[in-house]
Amino acid sequence: MTNHELTWLPNLINSVERKSQRESYGKTLIKLGEDQRVVVLDADLSTSTHTSMFGNKYKDRFFNMGIAENNMIGVAAGLASTGMIPFASSFAVFATGRDYDFVRQSVCYSNQNVKIVATHAGLTVGEDGATHQMIEDLGLMSGLPNMIVISPADAPETEGAVEFLYRYRGPAYMRLSREKVPVVHNESNFQFKKIEILRDGDDVAIIATGIMVHAALVAADYLKNEGVDAAVLNASTIKPIDAETILKYARKTGLIITSEEHSILNGLGSRVSEVVSENYPTIVIRHGVPDVFGESGSAWELMDKYMLNPLGIVKKVEQGLEVRKR
Amino acid sequence: MEQLGDIPLLKDKAKEIRKLILLMTFNAKSGHPGGSLSATDIITYLYFRELRIDPKRPDWDDRDRFVLSKGHASPALYAALALRGFFPVEKLYTFRKINSELQGHVVNHIPGVDATGGSLGQGLSNAIGMALSGIIRKKEYRVFAMIGDGESQEGSIWEAAMSAVHYKLSNLIVFLDRNMIQLDGFTENIMSLGDLEKKFSSFGWKTRTINGHDFYEIHDAVEWAKKEAGPKMIIAKTVKGKGVSFMENNPEYHGKPVPNQELLKKALDEIERE
Repeated sequence: MTNHELTWLPNLINSVERKSQRESYGKTLIKLGEDQRVVVLDADLSTSTHTSMFGNKYKDRFFNMGIAENNMIGVAAGLASTGMIPFASSFAVFATGRDYDFVRQSVCYSNQNVKIVATHAGLTVGEDGATHQMIEDLGLMSGLPNMIVISPADAPETEGAVEFLYRYRGPAYMRLSREKVPVVHNESNFQFKKIEILRDGDDVAIIATGIMVHAALVAADYLKNEGVDAAVLNASTIKPIDAETILKYARKTGLIITSEEHSILNGLGSRVSEVVSENYPTIVIRHGVPDVFGESGSAWELMDKYMLNPLGIVKKVEQGLEVRKR
Repeated sequence: MEQLGDIPLLKDKAKEIRKLILLMTFNAKSGHPGGSLSATDIITYLYFRELRIDPKRPDWDDRDRFVLSKGHASPALYAALALRGFFPVEKLYTFRKINSELQGHVVNHIPGVDATGGSLGQGLSNAIGMALSGIIRKKEYRVFAMIGDGESQEGSIWEAAMSAVHYKLSNLIVFLDRNMIQLDGFTENIMSLGDLEKKFSSFGWKTRTINGHDFYEIHDAVEWAKKEAGPKMIIAKTVKGKGVSFMENNPEYHGKPVPNQELLKKALDEIERE
C-alpha cells in the first residue's frame, strides 16, 4: 500500500461502498411513524435532511416551520411537553449554532424529550463552504446538561441510532453527513454509551467517530504493514463518553489518536483527553480540523486538503509514536 | 356586558398576589416586581376564573396550559400557583434562595409551571407546540400565553407569530403585556415597537386591545378569543409597577425590589387601599 491509497482522491473513494446516513434517517423515521406520538419538524430543508419522506406519509404529523429554526426548536419542546416524540431536523450549523439558546433553555434545561437530528455536519458539506460546514457542534451540544450526543459511523449504524433515539427519553443530538459515508457495518446496530471495538491492537488505539471511522480502519491496515499494531474504536456516543473502554485502551496501548470531522477543540479529542488526564495520563494526539474554518470545494477534495483521510491518521500515529519515545 | 359576580373575589386575589410579589422580591433582595405587577390582573383572571387546571394533578394531560414567556414575571405566577394550591404559600419566601425550587425565572420543574422562561422569545414557540399537539390529538384544552412588549423585540416572536397563523391555532390565546417599559427604559425610546396590534394583525392574528387591569375587559376579551378561529393576540395596556405609586411607570423597578422596610410598608398599604 502506498501513500497514494491513503488519500480519498483519486483512488480510495472509488474503492469503498458508501451509503447515505440521511436516507437511513428518513427511512427509519417512516417506520417509527407508526407510533402516533412521533412528530417531525423541519426548517425548509426537508428534502435535504430527508424528513420529507416522513412528511409524505404522515402529513398531519409533519411540520415544516419555514426558515425559522429558533421557533422550530421551541415548538418541538412544546410538543414534547405534551408527550409527543418530536424529531427536529435542519443542517448542523443551524440546529446547533443558530439554535443554541433554544436548545439550552427550551430543550435541555426544561429536560424535554426532543431529538435534534442534524445533517450536513462537517467539511463534507463541500461546495457550500464554511458558512454551512459545522465543525463546532459536538462541543456546543456536549456542554449542555441533560443532553446526549450521537455521531454514527455509517448508514447502518444511523438506522440503529434513530431507533435508539425513539426509545430514549430526554434531550438528544445526533449529527449526520450530507455525503454518502463509507460503510463499516454489515447490519444496523447501535449501542448507546459503548465504544465499539472494530479492531484490536496493542501499539496504539485510534478512537474515531462518524465518517473518520472507516478512514481509521484503512490507516490501521497500512500501519500493520509498517509493523504498528493499531486498535480501531468507534465512538458513536460522544456524550456520555465511554470512559471504561477509553481507559482500557489507554492502559493497553499507552497512546491514543482521536479522529473526527470536527474541530480539534471541544469534540471527541477533548472528551477523550479529559478522561485519560483525570484517570490515567496518556498521550492523546487529536486528529481533526485545526482551529480554522472550512472552505468551498468538493467533499473529498476538502477531506484530503485538511488531511481528514487515512494518511492524516497515519501521520498522527507516527507523531504519537515519536512523542512516546521522548 | 355580562355581570361578573366574582369580581370582588378576583380583586381580592389580585391584591394578595401583588402583596406577595412585593414581599417575595423584598425577601429575595432581587427579582422583577415591575413587570409582575403589570401582569397580575391577567394572571389572576386566568388562574381564578378561566383555566381548567387541577392543583392535585399538575401534569393532567387535558388541562389548559399557561406559558409565561416573559419568565422574569415569575413572582406573579408563583404567587398565583401558591394561592391556587399548587404549593404552600410559605414556599414563596424561598424564592431565589439557594436550594429552593422557586428559581428566579420560571422553570417547568415547578408544579403548575407549564414552560420555562427567562431567555426571552421562547415561550410563545413552546405554547405553539402545545397548541399543535392539542390539535393533532383532538384535545379540548386551550393554550394561554403571555409575552412582554420588550420581549417582542426578539426576532423569534415573529417567527412564532407566522407559524401560529400558518397552522391555524384556534386553541391559542396570547396576552401581550404592553407596559411600555423594558430594562433600559421606555420601549419606544429603546427600540420602538409602534402599533403592536397592527403588527400582529398584519401577521394574520385576531387582535384586540384592552385595559389589562380591568377585569370586565379581560373577561370580554377572553370570551371573544374563545369564539374566534385562529390564534388570538390580546394587547393588554398595562402599567408597569401597577398599584404602587412610586413604582408605577418607573423603569427603575423593572428588576429591583422595594429597597427598605419603610417603602415596603407604604407599598403594601397602597395596594391594600386600592
